[in-house]
Amino acid sequence: MASRKVDGQFLQTLLILNGAIPAVLLGWDAWWGQLGTHPQEFAIRTTGSLTLIFLTLTLTVRPLMEWLRVPALIGLRRTAGLFSFFYGVLHLTAYSWFDKELQARAIIADTLERPFIFLGMAAFLLLLPLAVTSTRAMLRRLGGQRWRRIHWAVYPAACAGVVHYYLLVKADTTNPLGFALAIGLLLVYRLLRHRLRGYRMTGPIRSA
Amino acid sequence: MADPIKSWEITDEKDYWNRRTFLRGGILAGTAATTTWLYRRLASPAGAGKEKEQGQPLTSGYLTPEGETATDLYDITHYNNFYEFSTSKEGVAPRAERLITRPWTIEVGGLVHQPRTFDLDDLSRLGVEERVYRFRCVEAWSMVIPWLGVPLGRLLLLVEPMASARFVAFETKFDPSQMPNQRTGVLPWPYVEGLRLDEALHPLTLLSTGLYGKALLPQNGAPIRLVVPWKYGFKSIKSVVRIRLVAEQPPTTWSTVAPEEYGFYSNVHPGVSHPRWSQARERRIGSWGMRDTQLFNGYGAEVASLYTGLDLKQNY
Repeated sequence: MASRKVDGQFLQTLLILNGAIPAVLLGWDAWWGQLGTHPQEFAIRTTGSLTLIFLTLTLTVRPLMEWLRVPALIGLRRTAGLFSFFYGVLHLTAYSWFDKELQARAIIADTLERPFIFLGMAAFLLLLPLAVTSTRAMLRRLGGQRWRRIHWAVYPAACAGVVHYYLLVKADTTNPLGFALAIGLLLVYRLLRHRLRGYRMTGPIRSA
Repeated sequence: MADPIKSWEITDEKDYWNRRTFLRGGILAGTAATTTWLYRRLASPAGAGKEKEQGQPLTSGYLTPEGETATDLYDITHYNNFYEFSTSKEGVAPRAERLITRPWTIEVGGLVHQPRTFDLDDLSRLGVEERVYRFRCVEAWSMVIPWLGVPLGRLLLLVEPMASARFVAFETKFDPSQMPNQRTGVLPWPYVEGLRLDEALHPLTLLSTGLYGKALLPQNGAPIRLVVPWKYGFKSIKSVVRIRLVAEQPPTTWSTVAPEEYGFYSNVHPGVSHPRWSQARERRIGSWGMRDTQLFNGYGAEVASLYTGLDLKQNY
C-alpha cells in the first residue's frame, strides 16, 4: 500500500490558519459589540462548542490518515489537540469570569454541586496534562509507551465533555448527541482497530 | 537512446514554484473563506445588526416603579424562548414571521357558568393597561418589559367560574404548518400551562396583547399571551387559544418533561436551585454583571400571601 506524500508543513499552516479564524472572529465581534443580546452566554457557548469540535477533529486525524494513506496528516493531531485545549481555556475563563465573576468559592461550590460543571472541569483537567506533555521534548522524556498511555486520557476527556454538553441543554439534544455519535464511533474504531487492520501499534509515533 | 521527456518540456523551476505558491495560496484563502462562512452560519449572535434596525427606539422612557429601565425593544424581540419555532433563542424571530395572528380567538370554558369565545376586540374592550414588569427566565437571565394587557381576572369573572373550579389550564396554538418545530419531538405539543385559580385572579396576572405600546410580535407570543411576573418565564404561556377552568391541578409542559427540574408553581426563588444551575443570581439583559435574584421576582409584597403555609422548597 503506497502512501501519498504531502507537505506536512503546509498542512500545519492550513490548520493553524483555520483553527485561529473562529477565535479572531469572536474577538472581532466582541470588540465591536456584535455578540448579540446576551454576549456573555454567546461567548461561553461558542467557545465550548469549539472545544468539542477541535477535540473531535483531533480524534479524527489518525483514522483519516489511515484511510487516505497520508502519513503527514498525523502531525495535525497535536495542533488540533492544542486548539481544543486553547478553546477550552477560553471557555473556562469565560464561565469563571462572566457567570461566576471570578469568585473562587462560587466556582468550587458550582463544581461540587452540579454534575455538568463537574464533568466540564474533569474534562479540562484531563486535557491539561496532555497539553503540557504535547511537546516533542516531553515525548522523548516520557518515552513512547508512557506518553501514549497518558494521551489515552483524550478519550475520557472527550466523553466527559460530551456528557457535560448533554446535561446542560434543556430539551433539544441534537447537538450533544451528534458529538456523542461522532466521538463514540471514533472510540469504537480505536478499540477495534487492531483487529480490523491486523497490525499492532509498533511503529514510531510522532507528535508533530 | 531517446530521452522520454525532452529537456524543453520540463517546467522551468521558477514557474514550478510560482504555480505551487499560487495553488497553496488559493487553498489557504479558500479554506479560510469556508471556515469564516461556517462560523458565521453556525454561530451568528442575535442582534448583530441591531444598530441598523430602522425606526425602532432602542431605549425608552419606560421604568418599573423601582426605577429600572426597560430592556431594549430589539433585545426583547430577538432573544426568545419559543420552542414551537426554534430551540435557538436567536432563531425564533425569523422563523415566527409567518404566524397568522388575525383573526384569533380564545375559547374559555370548563367549569364556568358562561363559557365564551373571545376575539381580540372583545379582549381590548375589557380595558388594556400598561404594566412595566420584570421578567425572569429560568435560565438565569432577566429583562424589564413594558406590557400592554388585560388583567386575566376580568376575563375570568365574565365567564363566572363554578365553585368547583380551583385551577386554570392554558393551551398554545397547535399548527405545525405555521409553527414548524411542532413537527419535532423536542417537547410534547401543544404547550400547556396552568395556575391556581387564586393566582390567575391576582391583579398582577395579565393577558398581554402588546409591548412597547404596540401589538405583540409573533416571537413574543402574539396575539395574546399570559404574563405572571413573579414566576419563571416559561409559565407565561404564549399564543394562547384555550383557557379551561378545572378542579384538579392541570399538567404543565415542563413539569411533565422534567418533573424534578420544573414544578407546577415555578415561583422565582433565589434559594431554590434548578438542579443544574443556581437561581441565586441573574443577568439583566443589557448590563454586564450579575445581580441578586429577588424572591417572587420582587413582587413578594403583592403575592407572598398567596403562599402562606406552603413550603416553597417542596413546591418549587
